Amino acid sequence: MDLSYGEAAEAFRAEVRAFLSPHWPPPSDTRGSDLKQFVRTFRALATERGYLYRAIPRRYGGSEQPVDVIKAQVIREEFARARAPMEVGGNGMNMTVPTLLEKGSDEQKDLFIRKTVEGDYIWGQGYSEPGAGSDLASVRTKGELSADGSKWIINGQKIWTSQGMQATHMFMLVRTEPDAPKHDGITYLLIDLDQPGVTRRPIRQMTGEEGDHTFCEFFFDNAETPVSWQVGERGQGWYVSRTTLKHERASIGGADGLGRQFAKLVELAREVGRIDDPIIRDKLAQIEGFVLSHRYSSYRIFSCAAAGEDPGPVPLMMKLLLTEIGHEMALLAQELIGENAFVEPAGAGGRGNRGPRGPEKWMDQIMGSLGNSIAGGASNIQRNIIGERGLGLPRDLAMSGER
Amino acid sequence: MHFHLTGEQVAIQDAVRRTLADSWPMERIHAFADGNEDFDRASWEALMALGLGGMLLPDSGMGLLEATLVSEVAGEAAAAGPLTGQWLAAMAVAASGGTDLDALVSGEAVATLVHGGSAFVPCARAAGFFLIVDRDAGVRLVPAGDGVTIEAVRASDRSRPVSRVEIAEGAGETLFAAADPMTARLADAALVLVAADALGGAQKVTDTSVAYAKEREQFGQPIGRFQGLKHQLAHMALDVEPARALVWYAAYAWDAGLPDAPRAAAMAKAHLCDVYVRAARAAVAAHGGIGYTWEYGLNYWFRRAAFDRAWLGSPAEHRARAAGLAGW
Repeated sequence: MDLSYGEAAEAFRAEVRAFLSPHWPPPSDTRGSDLKQFVRTFRALATERGYLYRAIPRRYGGSEQPVDVIKAQVIREEFARARAPMEVGGNGMNMTVPTLLEKGSDEQKDLFIRKTVEGDYIWGQGYSEPGAGSDLASVRTKGELSADGSKWIINGQKIWTSQGMQATHMFMLVRTEPDAPKHDGITYLLIDLDQPGVTRRPIRQMTGEEGDHTFCEFFFDNAETPVSWQVGERGQGWYVSRTTLKHERASIGGADGLGRQFAKLVELAREVGRIDDPIIRDKLAQIEGFVLSHRYSSYRIFSCAAAGEDPGPVPLMMKLLLTEIGHEMALLAQELIGENAFVEPAGAGGRGNRGPRGPEKWMDQIMGSLGNSIAGGASNIQRNIIGERGLGLPRDLAMSGER
Repeated sequence: MHFHLTGEQVAIQDAVRRTLADSWPMERIHAFADGNEDFDRASWEALMALGLGGMLLPDSGMGLLEATLVSEVAGEAAAAGPLTGQWLAAMAVAASGGTDLDALVSGEAVATLVHGGSAFVPCARAAGFFLIVDRDAGVRLVPAGDGVTIEAVRASDRSRPVSRVEIAEGAGETLFAAADPMTARLADAALVLVAADALGGAQKVTDTSVAYAKEREQFGQPIGRFQGLKHQLAHMALDVEPARALVWYAAYAWDAGLPDAPRAAAMAKAHLCDVYVRAARAAVAAHGGIGYTWEYGLNYWFRRAAFDRAWLGSPAEHRARAAGLAGW
């Protein structure tokens, strides 16, 4: 075992640093639209050098680099060290672009990828509905062809759309063949959200989070989208939606975030004067056993990806592991903050306006950790995945017809 | 960057696994468990014939990582021999320029580990040497015989029976003083090796439970189809599989002499021994009645989990050490 990245990677690191130092950060007086433009130019330059959008062809605004997870990791580390912006995030980069690259028409690629990469188009995910959560393939939002066959007319409701208030477009699963078997009656559509048939409303969360930052629900009342914006075949949308980003996905970024959060928990114990309490020390070390297991497992997954080898079932476990650690940290934080929990933290959910905050800010993590067990594949679904795909246990009867 | 097993390392594990499958099958474990011995010569000789005795010697081309991989398979198979004591004694003797190294490397002389301050020693009656590792008193090698009093006890871990051992002060030879860095190195290595035994055992009881859940039918279905059990099994796997990397890291850090190696060893010992106890309990529960019988054999691993947890210090003790080492 060897956790160094090797000489070639270190030479590459020097190259990335040499690029970063004259180009980031911006002059300290850069603000507002100037700052926005500076970031845009910086990203374009970094892409030209092959550091960003590595999986995306040049003709769509990417840098089209061969897969190299070590280089990708070095880039992430150096950009993070310099606090330089990386790719625009969100559903567009994570979901829309990979799906279009694999399943989209040339027209769709030309229309959407560059605009998404450059941050002009922001995508909402139109998957969940009030009646379709873990059983996503039961979506009921309806799509019907217009009389002339040129447009899809959409009616229904979508929910839990992140960045919903900012989104310019949505990719969505819509039932177009009501008589077909569940999975074969869904079509994957792209839609412009700026039209009269679309209404959006922020969802107020248990953290109190609301307004521009939160999730939205969307109502579609005869909303329209051209048939040419349908991705893949009609009725095959379920399978289109299974496209995932595989390129250079392995990283140790999640582990770094978790490690930072754990360090803050230790800091909290110090701040509230409990760091010498043997019970607290034991509990912290117990949690750290899981935090480190997560960290070193991410090294393992990363190392296997770099070598093109199969890491076994451990990648299937990382989301649930992270979620469970979050719960443990929440419970300890709750002990540590004591009566600070009586005070509602400023800036609900940590995203709104706020000044300096005391230990009560942990209420954001205490509640937010629950969101992790729901979003992106609920914990009980994760347990099914580990049991069925990881351990090879037979599928649940209720779901055995599912794919 | 390399943080997964090489083909050679996997081959080492496969060789040990095959050797133990032949020399230490369940019927041998049953017979041994009901016998009066504290050592099984046949499976020990089979392991030593693989050349495992000198794995921790500087010129072996291997290191603690490879030894932990073997320890893991020994834990999986519920093997009887005192591998940890043997490896550490060979390493200690080699480093101090002592005699008897060849007999330790070949396995002809059996060495067992004595945790400083503990009255209980596995394989004591068969041992030719007692390696006492005590962070506060240093490392001593004591030959069996004068100054060593052994009293058999009804041992609960049937695959690694302990005896009550008293060693006279001044018996044997001090190899390293408490302040000698080698003392801490040996103590840390022992922790990682026990963590690896726990990992192998925890994996074994998880695999056994999963296999049983696929086979056993109730209500006309394999019970592994039911979500209640499926989720329990998923949690066992979630407890065990990510923890594997914790053991790897601790061994890697020790081999590379990283500054956090002592803490990594403490964390691995504490975490894996908790994991093993949880997994062993969950395995019996997942099996139902059959798991509660003696004949099925799960109890041997359950007992090993209880042994690993307490041997060389409890999880709480090592977490307290880890907290201190982190500067909390």
